[in-house]
Amino acid sequence: MSTNAVEMTPAHKEALAELLFQLADDDFLLSYRGSEWLGLAPHIEEDVASSSISQDTMGHAKMYYGLLEELGYGKIDDLAHGRSAKERKNSILVERENGAGYYMETPRYDWAYAVVRNYFYTLAKKVKIDSLKKTTYQPLAEVATKVSMELFYHHLHWRTWFTQLLSSSDEAKERMNKAIDGVMADFGDVFSYGNASQSFKEFALIEDATVLKQRWEAALKEVVKALHIESPIIQQPDRNGRLGEHTEELDRALSTLSEVYRLNPAVPW
Amino acid sequence: MSGSVVAETEEQKYEQFMERINRGEQIEADDWMPEDYRNALIKLISMHGISEIMGALPEKEWVPKAPSIQRKLGIMAKVQDEMGHGQLLLRVAEDLLKPTGKTRDDIMHDLFTGNLKFHNVFHMPAPSWGDAGLIGWLVDGAAIITQTNMLNSSYAPYSRALHRICAEEVFHAQHGEAIIMALAEGTEEQREMVQDAVTRWWESLLLFFGPPSSQVGKSKQDITIKYKIRPKTNEELRQAFLTKYVPRILSLGLEIPDETIRFDEEKQEWIYQQPDWSKLKEIMKNNGPKSQERLNLRRVSYENNAWVREALGQIS
Repeated sequence: MSTNAVEMTPAHKEALAELLFQLADDDFLLSYRGSEWLGLAPHIEEDVASSSISQDTMGHAKMYYGLLEELGYGKIDDLAHGRSAKERKNSILVERENGAGYYMETPRYDWAYAVVRNYFYTLAKKVKIDSLKKTTYQPLAEVATKVSMELFYHHLHWRTWFTQLLSSSDEAKERMNKAIDGVMADFGDVFSYGNASQSFKEFALIEDATVLKQRWEAALKEVVKALHIESPIIQQPDRNGRLGEHTEELDRALSTLSEVYRLNPAVPW
Repeated sequence: MSGSVVAETEEQKYEQFMERINRGEQIEADDWMPEDYRNALIKLISMHGISEIMGALPEKEWVPKAPSIQRKLGIMAKVQDEMGHGQLLLRVAEDLLKPTGKTRDDIMHDLFTGNLKFHNVFHMPAPSWGDAGLIGWLVDGAAIITQTNMLNSSYAPYSRALHRICAEEVFHAQHGEAIIMALAEGTEEQREMVQDAVTRWWESLLLFFGPPSSQVGKSKQDITIKYKIRPKTNEELRQAFLTKYVPRILSLGLEIPDETIRFDEEKQEWIYQQPDWSKLKEIMKNNGPKSQERLNLRRVSYENNAWVREALGQIS
C-alpha cells in the first residue's frame, strides 16, 4: 500500500527523512569526490565518461534532497551545502579522499581505489534501488525507477574497469587488491540504517539490511570467482556514518564544497 | 590509381591542391597535401586540442566549490565538454600526425617539454567564483569568435569538429553569462566579484586573439589565410569581440579597465589601449603566472596514471 506525505504520522515522516538523508548524502559526497577527479582521469575518454557518471549521481542526490524539501526539511541547496559533518548521514566510504594531495595542487589520486570504490558502491546502490522500487512511499519509488535506468550504465562501466584491471599487469593486480582491502575496511556502514532499522521495517520503506547485504555479497561473488580472488565479506563498522560519526576527511570536503555557498547562503548564486 | 596520377610531379600536385583550395573545396585526411599545410594544421589543431584540455584546469578548480547543486552540475558538464573537445581535436591531430609516426603520447610529451603551447588565457589565475563565470562568458565568447572564423576551414575534419564544438560553446557562453548575471544583480560583494574578474581578465582577453599581423607572407597567420584554414586576421577577430562584448559589459554596469576605449565611427573600428605584448611572449615560454602550476598538475596526473595506461595494454 502506498502512502503520501499528508497522511503520514510524525514517526513515519521521520523514518522516511532518515532514509532520504542517507541516500542523498551518499550520492552527493561520492559525486563530489568524482568531481575532484575531473581533468585528472587516466585518459581523456575516461574523463568524459566518469564525469557523466558524477553528474548523474549528483542528479540523484538532488532528487532525494528534493523529496526532503517537499517534506519541509529545508531547501535543496541548504541541505546539500549547509549541514555540518555531525548532521551528515553518508557512509564513511564516500567521504574518503581520492588519494594523497589536494585536488588543486599535486593530487596523487589512486585510480585503483576509484575503480573499486565506485564499483562496490554502485553495486550496493543497485541492490538498494531495486528494493526501493517497492517502497511504500510512491514518490521515492518513482525516483528509484529513474535512478535505476542510469545506474545500469554506471554499473557496467565500473564493472568493466574492475574486471579489466584485475585481468592485467601484476602491478595493476597488486594495486587493485590493495584498493579492495581499503574499500572493504570502510564498507561496514554502507548497508547500515543507523538507528532506524526498526522504523524502516515498520513503514516498509526498504528491505532489511541483512537481506540486501547478502544480495550484494552474492552478486559480487560471481564476478570475483572468475577473477580468482577471494569474495569480499562486509564487516561490522568501527565507525558508523549513519549515526553522524565521521572522519576529518568529511570536514575538509564540506569546507571545500561549501566555500562559495557560505559567503552568503541567503542569496541566489 | 591511373599511371598518369603516379607520374605527377610534386609541382603538379601542389597546383591541383591550390586549385581545389581556391575553388573552396575541402581537403580530407587521406588527400595529398603540401608539407607546410600539414604542419600548419598539426600545430594549430594540436595546440587547439591541448588548450581545451589545459583549459579545463582553471575552471575545474571551481567545480567542487560551485555554490549550488545546479551550478555544480552546470560547470561539471561544461568542463566535461571541454575535455570532450580536446579529445575530438586530438583525434583530428592524430590522423594528421600518422605519416610522421607520432602519437597522442608525443603530443603530451611536447606539452611537457614546452614544444607545444597552450592558449594564453589558461596560464592565468582564476581566484574567485567570478572568474569561473567570466571564463564561460568572455573566454568562451572569444573562443566562439575565433572558432566560427574557421568553421569552413579548408581542412574538412577540422571543420566538422568545429561545427560540433561551436554548438556546445554557445551553451557555455550562456552558462557563463547566467553566473555573471546572478552576480551582477546580487549583493555588493557579488558585484565586486564580477568587476574584479573583468578587471583581471581584460588584458588577457585582448591578448587572446594574438598580435596584429607583421611581415606579410611570413607569419603563421598568413599561411593559415593563404590555405583558407581561416579567413580573418587576428585584429579583425579582436574587433568583432569588442563590438559584441563591450556594450554587454557596460550594460551590466561594469567598468572596462581602459579609459581610452571607444568606437571610432569614421574608421569604423575600436580604439583601445594596446595590451602588453611582452606578456604574451613570456606566456609562450611557459612563464605566465600559472603556467608551471598547471603543467605540473597535468604532468602529475599523467605520471600518476602511467600504470593504468600500461595495464590497459596488457589485458589478458
